[in-house]
Amino acid sequence: MKPAPFKYIAASSVEHALALKAEHGDDAKFLAGGQSLLPAMNFRLARPAVLIDINGIEGLAGIRPSAGATRVGPVTRYRALQRDAAFTQAFPLIGEALPHIAHPQIRNRGTIGGNLSHADPASELPAIALALRARLRAQAANRQRWIEASEFFAGALTTDLQSDEMLTEIELPLQKPRTGACFMEIARRRGDFAIVGVAAMVTLGDQNKCTEVRLAFCGVGETPVDASPAADGVIGHQLTEEAIRDVAASAQKMIEPGGSVHATADYQRHIAGVLTERALQTAYLRVHDGH
Amino acid sequence: MDIDFHDITVSVNGRKYQRRVESRMLLSDFLRHDLALAGTHVGCEHGVCGACTILLDGEPVRSCLMLAVQAKNHEISTVEGLANKDGGYHPLQQAMHDHHGLQCGYCTPGILMTMTAFLDENNSPSEDEVREALSGNLCRCTGYQNIVDAVMSAATRMRG
Repeated sequence: MKPAPFKYIAASSVEHALALKAEHGDDAKFLAGGQSLLPAMNFRLARPAVLIDINGIEGLAGIRPSAGATRVGPVTRYRALQRDAAFTQAFPLIGEALPHIAHPQIRNRGTIGGNLSHADPASELPAIALALRARLRAQAANRQRWIEASEFFAGALTTDLQSDEMLTEIELPLQKPRTGACFMEIARRRGDFAIVGVAAMVTLGDQNKCTEVRLAFCGVGETPVDASPAADGVIGHQLTEEAIRDVAASAQKMIEPGGSVHATADYQRHIAGVLTERALQTAYLRVHDGH
Repeated sequence: MDIDFHDITVSVNGRKYQRRVESRMLLSDFLRHDLALAGTHVGCEHGVCGACTILLDGEPVRSCLMLAVQAKNHEISTVEGLANKDGGYHPLQQAMHDHHGLQCGYCTPGILMTMTAFLDENNSPSEDEVREALSGNLCRCTGYQNIVDAVMSAATRMRG
């Protein structure tokens, strides 16, 4: 099992990488961590003619504060995110999800930009990008644009990125004050893809009434699913146990899990309800009790 | 398509090698076939089994999910470099021996590379932390318990 022949080019700068991509289009793939691309190439499911290695480009990895947000370079590895205590405290959803992403060896190599560009709907970070209302910077040789996470994930393993574009930055808006967050998932074994995963964020205002609730799922369809509208009814109200049950029931109706040999669609929907209740409860307690 | 070759210099276990590699040569195959360092084992070749784990600049990674050309100018450590210069076992190798942490031995090099790097970072782990660190390495013989015992015992010994 070996990759089919290809031409390997180590890009020296973003401009170089983008010029190569403009030249080769869909025949070329960017190589970041390679933890999804190389297995696909080893199986010959992917046979790019040209591989543009972006690992050596200076400035593409790293975490930078900006006004009201944090910007993350696409080649920042999972492990680097995990080791940055300020980052995982600012974005507890990501901090909580990282240990679920594959195994230590994969996290040493895999990158946030590679993950989001790969757009596996079972993966954790695309759902979290939705919950955090992340924005993604797409650059081509002669233009650039920002894409909202809600517009980025177009289908299974498909994004809004055009054939000459590269994801060059991820902007994560800082959580609002008095926000609690929780990520949970159920997988068959440690490091496996989730049967269902959920990201929940609860923001409280006066008298601990909800001002905003966000919910996003992974593993339940062709794309990550933003199920925040399931919580519309609790905005302006306190998040009682009964309210949480209602939100979970609404969220269950918003997803269309596909089922698999390991979990039927009904089971996935059931788990989605259970996890939604637990994650909302935990997120609420975290902000309410000030954790 | 013309074959795409690259000239690389790689340091493996402190020794520098210069070789010409085809771009599609996996790092695992480069170590085994070009450098004759067959201690790194190849199991699944798609990043699941962990048998091919090596250290890249000190961090455990799957050598089947890297191209040899990507290792250019990097430092690689493999199981061949684990024993002391005088040939004595690394404390984890000794503990694996003492605790019967291997049967067929196929997964062992990957486990040794993963867990020695883990112990360097955390020398007083809980059993649960050891299992988490070990989660990316499949072993079909031992049922893992003896490996966990070996790592816990090596941690005690390494703390002195």
